[in-house]
Amino acid sequence: MTLASRRGVLGAGLGGLLLSGCDRVTGSPSVQSFIGHGQDLTFHAQRLLLSGQPLAREFKPSDVSPVFKANGSLTPTSDAYKALLADNFATWRLMVDGLVTAPMSFSLEELKAMPSRTQITRHDCVEGWSAIGGWTGVPLSQVLRRVGLRPDARFLVFHCADNLGGAGEGGLYYESIDLFDAFHPQTILAYAMNGAPLPVAHGAPLRLRVERQLGYKQAKYVMRIEATDRLDRIHGGRGGFWEDRGYEWYAGI
Amino acid sequence: MTAVTSDFAPAPPKPEVIRRHGLVVRLTHWLNVIVISMLLMSGLNIFNAHPRLYWGQAGADFDRPWLELTVETPVSGGARGVARISDREIETTGLLGLSRGPDGHWLVQGFPNWATLPGTRDLATARRWHFFLAWLFVINGAAYWLIGLANGHLRRDIGLTRGDIRPRNLWRSIIDHVRLKHPVGDEAKRYNVLQKLAYLAVIVLLLPTMVLTGLTMSPGVDAALPWLTVLFGGRQSARALHFITANLIVLFVIVHVVEVFLAGAWNEIRSMITGRYVVPMEKHR
Repeated sequence: MTLASRRGVLGAGLGGLLLSGCDRVTGSPSVQSFIGHGQDLTFHAQRLLLSGQPLAREFKPSDVSPVFKANGSLTPTSDAYKALLADNFATWRLMVDGLVTAPMSFSLEELKAMPSRTQITRHDCVEGWSAIGGWTGVPLSQVLRRVGLRPDARFLVFHCADNLGGAGEGGLYYESIDLFDAFHPQTILAYAMNGAPLPVAHGAPLRLRVERQLGYKQAKYVMRIEATDRLDRIHGGRGGFWEDRGYEWYAGI
Repeated sequence: MTAVTSDFAPAPPKPEVIRRHGLVVRLTHWLNVIVISMLLMSGLNIFNAHPRLYWGQAGADFDRPWLELTVETPVSGGARGVARISDREIETTGLLGLSRGPDGHWLVQGFPNWATLPGTRDLATARRWHFFLAWLFVINGAAYWLIGLANGHLRRDIGLTRGDIRPRNLWRSIIDHVRLKHPVGDEAKRYNVLQKLAYLAVIVLLLPTMVLTGLTMSPGVDAALPWLTVLFGGRQSARALHFITANLIVLFVIVHVVEVFLAGAWNEIRSMITGRYVVPMEKHR
């Protein structure tokens, strides 16, 4: 089952949740808020472990999964995206703005002309499965150096073209990371997968790879990167599409 | 032996009462009962998000799982829940793969709702529970280990002695267990060798393996401690071993609870609550 169809199951299960006395206690907002502190502890513990900025393991070409499962949106449905796809993203531009000194936009060709990095890494889905794939892209740090982050910038928000949550602004996918991950050498904006142009099912023309975190952080169909000092004013306010639906912002576990 | 005739009936021998379990053992034991039960239930909810297990680093829908809880829908109709292990298939309708929710509707789901926390499929909430409980579990286990090493509990009560591992003693302990014969008198004040081995397997092997295989599933921890995936043969292997080890813990708990009842439920449970333990005596006929 995909992450998207889980929402329906969640809704359908709500009746059962109310019937179950046990779940009424464990599901109460105060209990949920208390146990959420476990995640804060995990975040700080992992940041301590990762303070030397180690790389995620990289694999050999022979380790690449025969079929890399595509999850979430498999093709964005908006007319704007369809038009971009129709002319092979020739008119697509990545906008980088927000708390930057020089807002800029980049064409796919411009991104490909920048220094690139290729990495074969393991993609871990929050659901439990893994797949190994090779990614080529421009390190996010290269793009950020071009636009210049302002000192008050703390997060980077990736605005995507896919409406995983249904039509309208509220259904748009988005994700965010902080500067600790943004400047990691393996954090790249990938335009190629396993040596070929990024397939539509995997986020063409551009997707984020933030190794050391789970699959839902790897935003696909990236249209715009916004530097910001706070996440609570963007969409549902929790820093990402799945975060707004109950998942943790820090997805290192 | 001649029968004793006397005006005074022989006073029944006074049962000896000892303090069997220290405070730390009792506290950590009961905290573990709660925490491990909830870890298991939230773990089953997480497992339900992808009820398939693989060996190696990677594995997803298009790869061959060695274990799968799924549903089979023959052309003739009539869905059945099945557990597939390697090439074997066991029908598990009602329990695994296909079970009824609280409202009576059939759900295509690995483990049934009554076994999971929360009681409906909800990966985000199950993960929040699981990682909160995991911290409690690690802190509880570390306290048990550190205090047990410091105050001598582990060495004195659970550490194997030369006498324990003599083949004759081992064999006698096995026979005693098969005959469901429980030690009495001084023998009952200490753990027998099979009991020590079972507890050692849990505290040295199973519980630490749960923590380490759990951490190996974390992409963040894998980057920081790459030897973990080497140790367990990959992330998917670690996930499979996490599942297998959880099953072994459940198996231990079943045997443990059966033994508590066989040895005298009230006395055994009280000794783990208040510490008071009445030493069983030789039965007089």
